[in-house]
Amino acid sequence: MKIHEHWLDDPRNVKKLWRGFIVVLALTVVAGGFVDLHPHFEIERWFGFYAAYGFVTCLLMIVGAKGLGVFLKRSDRYYAKDEDDE
Amino acid sequence: MSESLVVHPALVMIAGALLLPALRGSARDAGVLLVPALTLAALLALPEGDLWQMQWLDYQLAPLAVDKLSRLFAIIFALMSLAGGAFALRQPSRLEIPAAYLYAGSAIGVVLAGDLITVFLFWEFMAVGSTLVLWSAGTPGAWAASRRYVAVHLAGGVILFAGVTGHLLDTGDASFTRMQLDSVAHWLILIGFLINAGAPPFSAWLPDAYPEASWSGTVFLSAFTTKTAVYVLLRGFPGSEILIWIGIFMIFYGIVYALLENDMRRILAYSIVNQVGFMVTGIGIGTEMALNGAAAHAFSHIIYKALLLMSAGAVLAATGRRKCSELGGLFHSMPLTTICGTIGALAISSFPLTSGFISKSMVTQAAIDGHLQVVWLFLAAASAGVFLHAGIKFPWFVFFQKDSGLRPPDPPASMRWGMIVFAFLCIALGIWPDPLYALLPYPVDYVPYTAAHVITQLQLLLFSGLAFFVMLDYLKRTPTITLDTDWLWRVAGPAVARVFAAALGKLRTALSGEIDHGFQSLALFISRHRQPDGLLMRSWPTGSMAWWVMVLLLTYLLLYYV
Repeated sequence: MKIHEHWLDDPRNVKKLWRGFIVVLALTVVAGGFVDLHPHFEIERWFGFYAAYGFVTCLLMIVGAKGLGVFLKRSDRYYAKDEDDE
Repeated sequence: MSESLVVHPALVMIAGALLLPALRGSARDAGVLLVPALTLAALLALPEGDLWQMQWLDYQLAPLAVDKLSRLFAIIFALMSLAGGAFALRQPSRLEIPAAYLYAGSAIGVVLAGDLITVFLFWEFMAVGSTLVLWSAGTPGAWAASRRYVAVHLAGGVILFAGVTGHLLDTGDASFTRMQLDSVAHWLILIGFLINAGAPPFSAWLPDAYPEASWSGTVFLSAFTTKTAVYVLLRGFPGSEILIWIGIFMIFYGIVYALLENDMRRILAYSIVNQVGFMVTGIGIGTEMALNGAAAHAFSHIIYKALLLMSAGAVLAATGRRKCSELGGLFHSMPLTTICGTIGALAISSFPLTSGFISKSMVTQAAIDGHLQVVWLFLAAASAGVFLHAGIKFPWFVFFQKDSGLRPPDPPASMRWGMIVFAFLCIALGIWPDPLYALLPYPVDYVPYTAAHVITQLQLLLFSGLAFFVMLDYLKRTPTITLDTDWLWRVAGPAVARVFAAALGKLRTALSGEIDHGFQSLALFISRHRQPDGLLMRSWPTGSMAWWVMVLLLTYLLLYYV
């Protein structure tokens, strides 16, 4: 029998957290429709601009980082090998 | 008020650093806390103005000059030393805290200096103090990193020295005021400052060195060098447009490298470059709002970054592990560290009700006020990216994610208190920013808490969080590092040197072979003529002498008739 040490170890609670998170996400976007967001740039007038911008730019940053990683990633013993030789 | 009564806070700190090694036991513990407290008291007692002035050669120096900007930075440096000292109280190395105080005192010396010569002097002391902090970790990795670290900083110091000397020759004035990028000397000064700020192409010194210090050493290192650089840029080069683009580069460099990184303290080191990037961008924008934002962000950044590194230090001290791929699930047994680390992570992400929210947003606001749409778009994306690379990634992989099975306890009281005080400050400044705003160099006309600002920031951050969990499979940690510009001086430089050394060696062998051969033939030639029976040494019969005389006389006769 598996003992749950902490309420976070229970997958059902994690699922609840996920649901709560999605509700909060939706709320922030909906709230944007009721409050004057004082847009300064034209692009800010789009509904849910910040939500979409945050999500899309983060995807781009992750993809960009992975792309760069293809060329620049090395084992974490990369420099250690040189130093052992010294 | 008489000038002689004015005590220089930097000298209080440095004198304390020199006295501490002599103390033992509880006297030493009290000293560790008293030295920064006295420094802070000396600092708060100072009036504004050029308090110490002296003549050196042809130059008027002001080793102690106070205005709002310098006081702001000196206050946070003293506060940082106090909390860092408390956190490091149980550090076995007896060298570390004195070295850290020498380092902190020198940083205070830089920000209270009214002339470039004093700035340079304390700048170099900072390099010494910080290198000693690195050394005191006592590991081979720290020793190797400290050699690279000090090489970069001494090189930066030489560039700065050249710039300062050129400036003195050009203007004859040593005072440290705003400079235009109109001469080689000023460019050199800017480059010297930027090297310490962690700007490209030398940014790699920071994530290379800082994570090699001890669990408490990194906390000190994170605070002073880069933020002193922010201070000197604020004073020397506000409104230099190139800084906007350098800052934006630093912001995204920090995010991308931190996303790829596995070592928890290297993640946080890359995020220092990222955060300093926000400040450098603000300095480049150069309006009062932007400069206030850069200064305020430096203040709140020191607190939450130290908090993050304290929580990482607590994990390192308890587990001896530093790689995300070997950590996880620590919230079970380290609840306080988890909470404090998470507060730091929320503050660095500028969540509402934390210190980051009330400081970083001033830089963004300045970009909006200046109608800099491209800059603003970069900054907004970067704000989302901070949550991604530090705000979620650090606490998630260290304290949550898969259960590593490790169950270390929360750290001892001294370390807990360091974290609690800074976690409290992160939230207190977020809820009640006015005391910080009152310390800023320009009058603050900014209200961080508007419904619009809170909602837009939450949208940006929470959807960044969604992106993190959606892409979690792509962010799984692997035991890898990512090559950075330090590759140039760790691999490429030595390789080039080896190739040159080998080529030189060959050339030398070839040349010396030729020369040897030449000398040998000469020696042979000489000895052939001078050995017994050689041409010049053999005995000659008298007859041949008479024969040669006859030849000479005949030749003479012949020439006489010709």
